[in-house]
Amino acid sequence: MTFMKKTLTASITLAAATSMAISTAQADISDGEVRIGYLADMSGTYRDLAGPGGEAAMEMAIEDFGGSVNGAPIEILSADDRNSADVGANTVREWIDQDNVDMVGGLVASSVSIAVTNVLEENNGLGIVSGSAASSITNEHCTPNHIHYVYDTYPLANGTAKAVVDQGGDSWFMLTADYAFGHALEGDVTEVVEESGGEIVGGVRHPFPTSDFSSYILQAQGSGAKIVGLANAGADTVNAITTASQFGLTQSGQQLAGLLIFLNDVHSLGLESTQNLLLTTGWYWDMDDEARAWSDRYFEEVGARPTMVQAGIYSSTMHYLKSVEAAGTDDPEVVRAQMAAEPINDFFARNGQIREDGRMVHDMYLAQVKTPEESTGEWDLYNILSTIPADEAYRPLSESQCDLVQN
Amino acid sequence: MSDAQTLARPSAVMERQKRAIMRRNLFYVALVVVGLVAPFVAYPVFLMKVLCFALFACAFNLLLGYAGLLSFGHAAFLATGGYITGYLLASYPGLTPEIGIMAGTLVATALGALFGILAIRRQGIYFAMVTLALAQLVYFVFVQAPFTGGEDGLHGVPRGELLGFISLSNNLAMYYFVFAVFLFGFALIQRTVHSPYGQVLKAIRENEPRAVSLGYNTDMYKLVAFVISAALAGLAGSTKTVVFQLASLTDAHWHMSGEVILMTLLGGVGTLLGPIMGAGIVVSLQHVLSQSPLGNWVSVILGIIFVICVLSFRSGIVGEIARMYNKNFK
Amino acid sequence: MTMIFGVPLAVFMGQLTLGLVNGAFYALLSLGLAVIFGLLKIINFAHGAQYMLGAFAALLGFRYLGINYWLALILVPLVVGAFGMLLERYLLRKISHLDHLYGLLLTFGLALIIEGTLVNFFGVSGARYATPEVLQGGLDLGFMFLPTYRAWVLVAALAMCLFTWFMIERTRLGAYLRAGTENSQLMQAFGVNVPLLITLTYGFGVGLAAFAGVLAAPLYPVSPTMGSSLLIVVFAVVVIGGMGSIFGAIMTGLAMGVIEGLTKVYYPEAANTVIFLVMILVLMFRPAGLFGKEA
Repeated sequence: MTFMKKTLTASITLAAATSMAISTAQADISDGEVRIGYLADMSGTYRDLAGPGGEAAMEMAIEDFGGSVNGAPIEILSADDRNSADVGANTVREWIDQDNVDMVGGLVASSVSIAVTNVLEENNGLGIVSGSAASSITNEHCTPNHIHYVYDTYPLANGTAKAVVDQGGDSWFMLTADYAFGHALEGDVTEVVEESGGEIVGGVRHPFPTSDFSSYILQAQGSGAKIVGLANAGADTVNAITTASQFGLTQSGQQLAGLLIFLNDVHSLGLESTQNLLLTTGWYWDMDDEARAWSDRYFEEVGARPTMVQAGIYSSTMHYLKSVEAAGTDDPEVVRAQMAAEPINDFFARNGQIREDGRMVHDMYLAQVKTPEESTGEWDLYNILSTIPADEAYRPLSESQCDLVQN
Repeated sequence: MSDAQTLARPSAVMERQKRAIMRRNLFYVALVVVGLVAPFVAYPVFLMKVLCFALFACAFNLLLGYAGLLSFGHAAFLATGGYITGYLLASYPGLTPEIGIMAGTLVATALGALFGILAIRRQGIYFAMVTLALAQLVYFVFVQAPFTGGEDGLHGVPRGELLGFISLSNNLAMYYFVFAVFLFGFALIQRTVHSPYGQVLKAIRENEPRAVSLGYNTDMYKLVAFVISAALAGLAGSTKTVVFQLASLTDAHWHMSGEVILMTLLGGVGTLLGPIMGAGIVVSLQHVLSQSPLGNWVSVILGIIFVICVLSFRSGIVGEIARMYNKNFK
Repeated sequence: MTMIFGVPLAVFMGQLTLGLVNGAFYALLSLGLAVIFGLLKIINFAHGAQYMLGAFAALLGFRYLGINYWLALILVPLVVGAFGMLLERYLLRKISHLDHLYGLLLTFGLALIIEGTLVNFFGVSGARYATPEVLQGGLDLGFMFLPTYRAWVLVAALAMCLFTWFMIERTRLGAYLRAGTENSQLMQAFGVNVPLLITLTYGFGVGLAAFAGVLAAPLYPVSPTMGSSLLIVVFAVVVIGGMGSIFGAIMTGLAMGVIEGLTKVYYPEAANTVIFLVMILVLMFRPAGLFGKEA
């Protein structure tokens, strides 16, 4: 406590000094400093997805921006939410009450994000959700105080499931994590599969988390479906894929469709058991020169290739800072409007645009995991098959249940 | 002090007891004053968290410190209180927070009675294991039950208006309400411990066969202690939900049952003030660590404190202070 | 197709087999807990962490020292067991004269330290450990495709359980152990080094957990948290079997694996819960557990 108080006083003094030195522009930056809070799982299941790497990406963005906006210095506070909604909500509440944090970034577990955005709305803050999957974050849980940046469950279903059905995988068995996120993903997939002329022949909902998938895989094998869809995430997906390969699921003519798979999952599973898996991603480090150039810099800092979430954190922080600069204030409402006014085109996002529901829509990509023979290195993992244009990838506003959208 | 001495100089002993009680009362008054002033010095939401966990730890301590029963499933009551209160307040906007809290506490009490009946026949490690397993069952119920929101948790619980006219959305108002709830819980425990019932409880802890031979229905005494403890843990959970406006699975996980043991052990098992201090230290530690470079080491540091406490600090901070005080000033 | 309660026979038999494989893990782990509890009266809360250490030791041994699976199966239990002995000698022994609950709390703290430390170094996403060459592929049992490795796990775990049971119940060393816990002073007087015996026993129990960890390494992703969720289930198994009963631990472990497997066929959502339900039922009618003696 005392430690925090001291740094706080120190920074206030510093801010006061700088604000005297520099006059007009940052008069509108509250307390003369832009403070960004980085909240993510730093030690749990989703650590490798965003975690310390995401914080490094955010620092890179601030450094590249020059360390200050209109003369006001930029400061990062970071905290571990331990995937707990109450830890996350409390941290953010305190950041706003005590530390005058202007923007909260990171935000991984859907439960944490929903809790945090509630707090942000109540206290008029601003949040950029980069790691969460649930599409409800900008649907029934939308607020004027947050933006959902990298991806959500809708394009995952829309991209992967559609592509799989188009390739002839028209009968599905769903393996679903038995909680809200899994149900949502399962719902989205069912809709897409049936729309594209396929059929769901069966499914099983497994407890979260599950380490032993053998009996579910056995049921999937018994179902006779061509495709086994994995509507789960993180460790569950990894376990399911491992088990499927042990039981010779693919050898017996069935195919897996991973609906939420990240680069770090594939990396940890290895290509042997993930090869040919279809997946939808918002970004891939090796997809073009710009992405590669940024990833090389990131690699030097962190020692691993960035996931789409980590890249998204850089991109969204940059976009936020540019908007603060352009608007000349860090007032959440004004900055939020400014962010939506500018399209986003950088190494991460193509045709990016923030909609009124807070969804940042951008081009998504259908990818396939390489075979061990194709791969030329530890991180050479995906082939990008096709681009899903921004305006087709996400849930159309006409179907939105968000209060901010006028239908 | 032996019985012979008591008989020999009754007046002096009474005098000394009176002085002790007066000292204690003075101390309590000082504590209340500190509690009243605190929100002007420190961040109220943080203080409310400390108070909720302090109440939780005090409730737990009633069971471990005075009945000698180690429950490894107290998270179940904390979470039950929280979920019931949260669900009621979120779904029925007309309800005032105190009604929601009472309902949550009531359900936690009923659950406590159920747990108690199943577990009370076992002792020591067996008791710990049984409560752990029962709490685990409750955990899975909360994961599955639709009203809890499963993994996503229960959000957007309104703080509402106390008694229908005092808005709790102000942090200060909320703080004084939580402080009042805490004082109520603490006073209840204090009364219980110093009542004849509490004396019997301690007798059972020290020597159960002897208490049985004196004609006490020890199972009944332990069951009542268990139910009171569960009720207060539920009260802590309910209040916490109103403060933070959410209920989540974190409160139901068995790590939470472990954390409350740590708080009590660190502060001093069987002392009235120990659990409060323990809760304060653990909550502050988590708070400070999570925002420092050592953030990833929280569980390691808690583990180390655990080991140190068990190895060489078993009477906890308050217990050690009391011992030093007794040695040097009496 | 033959149906059993509305489920095809093949699926039913398949789940039964898989349940048995999982049951073998439960048996091995609860056996370790039972040995430690029966002889030392310590609830070893670090058992999950020690199981995880077994898997990690196999993984790191392979990665950095090139130790293959078969060697790991022998070496890792010895190394992790030795680590356990250090814990017993320098930490647990200091509190052996106190209420047994302190043992539970101490090992809980140790588990937090061990898991937390590994999380910081290895993250939690889990690493893969390759299935040994000989055990790759699978057996066609007619009603299912059973990966050879799972069959091996079943055989190895059962053999280890039998060996342990034989050691404790049928050999002179086992007799010393049992006598040492009944009346350690008398045994001491007979010239038996009881403290050493206790250290060795704890080491053995930990070694069993590590053995299970090595067996599990090729099946599940090796991650620092792999033990903590399993631990709670294994505790329930021990309570159901009757704490401290060697035979009870083995039988209950297998039975619970099968019951869990069948639950997955009929009501998958309850698969994690069913064991705790069984536990409550058992406690209501037999408070000392199925195979335990009334205290």
